[in-house]
Amino acid sequence: MKHEWPLWEIFIRGQHGLSHRHVGSLHAPDAEMAMKNARDVYTRRNEGVSIWVVEARHIAASSPSEKGPMFEPSESKIYRHPTFYDIPDEVGHM
Amino acid sequence: MTRDEALFQFLLRMGDNTLILGHRVSEWCGHSPVLEEDIALANTALDMIGQTQLWLGLAGEVEGKARSADDLAFLRDAWDFRNVLLCELPTGDFGQTLMRQFLYDAWSYGMTDWLKGSADPRVAAIAEKAHKEVTYHLERSGDTVVGLGDGTGESHTRMQKSLDYLWPYVVEMFEKDKVDEVLADAGIAPAPDDLRAGYDDITARVLAEATLTLPEGSYVHKGGRNGRMHTEHLGHLLTSMQWLQRAYPGAAW
Repeated sequence: MKHEWPLWEIFIRGQHGLSHRHVGSLHAPDAEMAMKNARDVYTRRNEGVSIWVVEARHIAASSPSEKGPMFEPSESKIYRHPTFYDIPDEVGHM
Repeated sequence: MTRDEALFQFLLRMGDNTLILGHRVSEWCGHSPVLEEDIALANTALDMIGQTQLWLGLAGEVEGKARSADDLAFLRDAWDFRNVLLCELPTGDFGQTLMRQFLYDAWSYGMTDWLKGSADPRVAAIAEKAHKEVTYHLERSGDTVVGLGDGTGESHTRMQKSLDYLWPYVVEMFEKDKVDEVLADAGIAPAPDDLRAGYDDITARVLAEATLTLPEGSYVHKGGRNGRMHTEHLGHLLTSMQWLQRAYPGAAW
């Protein structure tokens, strides 16, 4: 379809002050309607207190074919994780 | 007419409007032009059915004959319904559905806004909840009327046709009879024509933005609100809405 509405990515912040999370996408003719559609599609079970909508074409995404050069170099750098500290038992779960 | 008799009639009018229009809107479920609108219309229908439970629930209480909201919804025949004719008209195409919704929402917005200050605290409490829902409905239907009215040549033509068809049904919402006089005197409900100026403000603004023009002519369709007559469409709606309780009396979920 030539005249299909653009795709929007929807981000919603939940009840407990967490950051906005990507919840899915939908079609809408403009940002205002995308906001309304997001309200109707993604918050009807009381999921959120704030909505962000971003037109999908404005999101720059890393390419799956570049996964190797992008992410593999960090796989062998275990010293980047703070796993070599002795944590006293009293501290409990961290 | 006692105050409670008037209040019972008024509550039927409120609850039957939301019940019948809510049912009409629910007919779109699974048929809307796009998924997003399908869900949005279902949400609107559910909001209105929710309001119906409150209005008809209170109606049964005021009547004092132990009739529940369900009894009133499913066990009355067409001539006992008190919704305005606008609510029972067939859905038509998507544009006509949204135009009707807008014309109703704009009225419902002013009505629930007034009722928040009703002298009857039970009425005020229902209005408080309903007004938030209606505010959103009006924003959504108004935006869609603008989008389609000021859209393509095809959508504009269809919206203008819908407006021409529906506008003669608008006047009924502002009609005044004995019921309204009793309740207005008691500060429980507004005199319907007092809501007209606010209604005209909203519709004038939205319709101008939608590049639509009000039709000429003063012919008016009415009779549902006072029970004098309904259109043929209400009976068909009721056969589909009520058939389960008619076929299996007392069946529970």
